[in-house]
Amino acid sequence: MATKKQVKETYYESIIGQGYSRRDFMKFATYIAAYMGLETSMIGQVAKSLETTYRLPVIWEHYQECTCCSESFIRSNHPIVADIILDKISLDYTLTLMAASGHQAEAAKKATMDKYKGEYILCVEGSVPLGDNGNYCCIAGKTAKQHLLEVAEGAKAIIAWGSCASNGCVQAASPNPTEATPIHKIIKNKPIIRVPGCPPIGEVMAGIIVHVVTFGRLPELDRLGRPKAFYSKRVHDSCYRRPYYDAGLFAETFDDQNAKEGYCLYKVGCKGPMTYNSCGTIKWNNGVSFPIQSGHGCIGCSEDNFWDNGPFYERLTNLPGFGIESTADTVGKVAAGVLAGGLAAHAIAASISKRKELLNRTARGKENEQKLDS
Amino acid sequence: MKTRNFKRVYVWELPVRIFHWLNALSITVLAVTGFIIADPPAILSNAEASEIYWFGTVRFIHFTAAYIFFLNMILRFYWSFVGNQFSSWRSFWPFNKKMWHNIKHVLKIDILLQNEKDPNLKDISVGHNSVAAISYVVLFVLAIIQIFTGFGLYADMSGWWLPKLFSWVVPFLGGDFATRMIHHASTWIFILFTLIHVYLVFYHDWLEGRGEVSSMFGGYKFVRAERLEQDKVDADAESAENDK
Repeated sequence: MATKKQVKETYYESIIGQGYSRRDFMKFATYIAAYMGLETSMIGQVAKSLETTYRLPVIWEHYQECTCCSESFIRSNHPIVADIILDKISLDYTLTLMAASGHQAEAAKKATMDKYKGEYILCVEGSVPLGDNGNYCCIAGKTAKQHLLEVAEGAKAIIAWGSCASNGCVQAASPNPTEATPIHKIIKNKPIIRVPGCPPIGEVMAGIIVHVVTFGRLPELDRLGRPKAFYSKRVHDSCYRRPYYDAGLFAETFDDQNAKEGYCLYKVGCKGPMTYNSCGTIKWNNGVSFPIQSGHGCIGCSEDNFWDNGPFYERLTNLPGFGIESTADTVGKVAAGVLAGGLAAHAIAASISKRKELLNRTARGKENEQKLDS
Repeated sequence: MKTRNFKRVYVWELPVRIFHWLNALSITVLAVTGFIIADPPAILSNAEASEIYWFGTVRFIHFTAAYIFFLNMILRFYWSFVGNQFSSWRSFWPFNKKMWHNIKHVLKIDILLQNEKDPNLKDISVGHNSVAAISYVVLFVLAIIQIFTGFGLYADMSGWWLPKLFSWVVPFLGGDFATRMIHHASTWIFILFTLIHVYLVFYHDWLEGRGEVSSMFGGYKFVRAERLEQDKVDADAESAENDK
């Protein structure tokens, strides 16, 4: 639980208190500055900010989710972030990792909300079900929606972790039985950072937190509210298999020779060309690999509505409203065929209906032919 | 049998004809390369990726054709304010009595193939007829959709300000998935349009014999002499005579 002493510590004090050396701390500052896309000259500023800034109070809410965001976060490249955020800051309130439980936990959350009104950062993991009065997700006797409205009221800013909080993710897939709703559709009056991905990359999550701490403001966001530093490029544009795409060398199936050669997975349904994320550059599991490197196409998990956008293993353009198996091309081919048939029928009908007119015209034409002065 | 006199009327000015054929060419190239990009053919090759670039070339052709399509469309838009009466924006505007009358006439005579007892010469359009005008407005809207979604998808890969102007489109539509779906599906409407368009041009040329097909090459159509203001024609001929 939050005590005055803990919150009054700076990040640096927390980190040293956690048993890390100064050297570890500097390594971390360097790592994270690189991930955030900062120049090397900014590393000093990152370190300085962490040394002098008091820790931000954070409330980390869990609604309709699978906790993969938290899992990803604690496995980010350098454990310091997770340590300071989850072991210390989030002591304020996070269902999965806090020591307190039951009324104690709720009391801690209430205490933070009252004491740091307008100062705390609200992190939300998971979507909020609105169907059936929100009964699909209840914590401590209240629905997720009630919790969210209460806790968002005094928040300085909201970070929507993962596709659930940003887009609704799998539970919002058609027909969305629980009416799972992303945060930005419920809260309209607070700055919201959307960090889509299922889960988002741990380093991205850490980078965003450190950005807020270092510069005292939210990172630059794109039009969808995603941090530009991590979501401004398609996976495709930073993919190491991109040269195969430009060369037109594609794997046709997952077990053909082309797949073994490591050719582009475009034709087996890779959604990299339509997905904005940093997987191609930051990668996963401490930079070991990412789906495409492991031979599996991107499924576009950080894109809005990715679950309903056609099959994962085929490159198709699904048309909504035409049934599951109908692609735009099938509909187009049928329409073109029907139309061609219709035009042929029209041509035949025209030659019957307009026969008299046509014969008259032909007759006049022949007459003029006879009169030609040759 | 009395045969008829026709006068040659300059209908499609040179910029309109250039627009038409550049448009037809760029749409064809865009559709073909677009379908290749959507579903590239399988090529088994032992060559290194560094030695081949054919898919990149296909995409380059697609983007180049897109620029031509876009600039060409702007040229035509401009010409609708300075061109002759047949290319004017007014001839595309379906909301007046004359146009409504013509729409009904075309639907009855040309689409439903009915015959009139005593046809009125004025019902026969000199430029495009009113139903065709509507189809071109639809095509223009479609072109705008393709330009916005296409440049929207392209904006991210470009450093130039022109495509960047469209960078709001993808977030507006909710992402690349939705944008691409619209871009791809709209291509089919171009194809359906082309089928109908080409058929009806042939139909009119075959039935009416006024040079419908060749008008897009030379610019002339043939109009019954009765349609022209005879007095004025005679007066002009007289003055031409006097000038000699």
